[in-house]
Amino acid sequence: MSDVARSTEVAAADSKASVQTQPKAKARRGLWSASRPMIDRYSLLEVIGLYAGIALFLFFVLAPFIEGFLVSLKPLAQLFSTPYSFIPKNGSFAAYFSMWESVPALGMHIFNSFFISTVVTAIVVAIVVPAAYAFARFNFTGAGLLLAGFLAVNMFSGAVLLIPLFRLMRTLGLLNTYWAMIVPGAAFLIPSSVWLLRTYMMRIPRELDEAAWVDGASRLYTLRRVILPLAMPGVVVVAIMTFIGAYAQQFIFALTFNSKTEFMPLPVGLFAFFGKQEVIWNELMAASFVGILPVMIVIVFLQSYLVAGLTAGAVKQ
Amino acid sequence: MTSTRSATLFALALLAPALIYILTIVAYPLVDTIILSFTNASLRPGYDFIGWANYERIFGAGNFTEVIVRTFIWTFFSVSLKMIIGMAGAVLLNAAIPGQIVFRILTMPPWIVPMAIGIFMWGWMYNGQFGMISGLLQNFGITNGPIAWLAYGETAFWATIITDVWIGVPMVTIYFLAAMQSIPRDLHEAAWTDGAGRFYRFRRITVPLMVPAIITMSLLSLIATFNSFDIIWILTQGGPSGSTTTMIIDTYKTAMGSRRYGEGAARAVVISLFVTAFCIVYFRAVRKLQQGEAK
Repeated sequence: MSDVARSTEVAAADSKASVQTQPKAKARRGLWSASRPMIDRYSLLEVIGLYAGIALFLFFVLAPFIEGFLVSLKPLAQLFSTPYSFIPKNGSFAAYFSMWESVPALGMHIFNSFFISTVVTAIVVAIVVPAAYAFARFNFTGAGLLLAGFLAVNMFSGAVLLIPLFRLMRTLGLLNTYWAMIVPGAAFLIPSSVWLLRTYMMRIPRELDEAAWVDGASRLYTLRRVILPLAMPGVVVVAIMTFIGAYAQQFIFALTFNSKTEFMPLPVGLFAFFGKQEVIWNELMAASFVGILPVMIVIVFLQSYLVAGLTAGAVKQ
Repeated sequence: MTSTRSATLFALALLAPALIYILTIVAYPLVDTIILSFTNASLRPGYDFIGWANYERIFGAGNFTEVIVRTFIWTFFSVSLKMIIGMAGAVLLNAAIPGQIVFRILTMPPWIVPMAIGIFMWGWMYNGQFGMISGLLQNFGITNGPIAWLAYGETAFWATIITDVWIGVPMVTIYFLAAMQSIPRDLHEAAWTDGAGRFYRFRRITVPLMVPAIITMSLLSLIATFNSFDIIWILTQGGPSGSTTTMIIDTYKTAMGSRRYGEGAARAVVISLFVTAFCIVYFRAVRKLQQGEAK
């Protein structure tokens, strides 16, 4: 845990590029230890208030997951019975096994979610790295306007442009393929990624480019061999932010541009649990948890990058 | 670097993939929306230009202004609650107490889980007969009978807002937390030495220095919330009887439900005009904040 803590601090400090140093390890000192700075000491009442506040806050954030998990443990008959009981009686993991039979394509849906997000991330990174470099280094005419134009894209959601996008996908023959979800999905993630990586690249000293230039390196070579290695942490942040964006927001394009079961990502595939008579809620919840688990585990380890990505984009610049 | 001309060419070459991509997938559809809004396009192949008829129809029907007003109320409450809860969360997570890091990680799930999955879970919680909210309220004896939150206009309106807030809060919290941590500690220490209490320091140091972050976040959040689709679509599909129909839902229903592309496009254009106005405010604010920083 201390590793995570340290990397958070490093990432946070780095993202701010500030000269001030954070006081290290304040969280790891005991609440009432003498080494604790006076300003960080709380009275007993304050400590109780803080923990109560955090408990309330986290309950709001996590309640749906708690409820979802408990639902996944309850037999269907108990779910649809009154009075309500929060804790499952004779709960079991049965739904985690039966769900694969109820919705045979479930494994495919989980894979599709992951696959679509991965391809989107690859496309976005490949497009964004050169674009961000162009915005970070070259002051050509209209650069500011172009950047503003890119950012304006951010403001339009896919939902507004759904009709022409639908027609465009039909013309291109992409309806009911993976590409119908990947192509528009990537487009709306490019602008903020350009912004993020540009901010990062602007912090790399210009002298490095100039030194490479003097040594006779071509511009492309400079980007590939000098800038890219230095910008790698920024690229990683952009890749992770893009992946999260592609993963968390895949719904409307998948709902509208694809009707083939084998290509559906998890959020749309889950509708298969909505039967004609009733919704198989316990299996729906079980499938949700199994589906998101791999990504969740990865994210816990990468959370410092998420914080860095969120802060670098906007606090400064 | 020498020769600006070749530098410009190189920059444009680097930008070309991104430019072409955005022009095809975003700019062209935007223009196409505007063109379509003046036609009677539907499922049938081919269409005719019908002038302002679509606009006359949607503004003449009367319920469109109602939808606009509802969208603004919905957005206002959602953004305000996100800011307030996000700020409270940031203050709590900023306190130097054991467990800090774990609490921060636990804040993130609503943001990184596929939105639809979180919304399914809320959908169950709002269930009157079997869901957690109604169930716990009854168990504690606060309400007598079950309340089906999504079945009545008034409660469904608030239920969708709360779910939207839930999805937005983690990002706002973490953003505010970062802004809070970039406030120089010396300021707090100096004030503390002079005897300023915690609440006083929050009001006189933290909040004023966070104004840029608050403005930035509320505008970004405003745009995202205004465009919010998944939550309402999955929970209520705009119902019951239109009480949660925001502009996006309304557009989707017209275009994808009734297949009246032309009229749907006209509604989309109206949304785009509002969003453009927000954009202009946003860019102005950012520029002003940067100028303020430079001084």
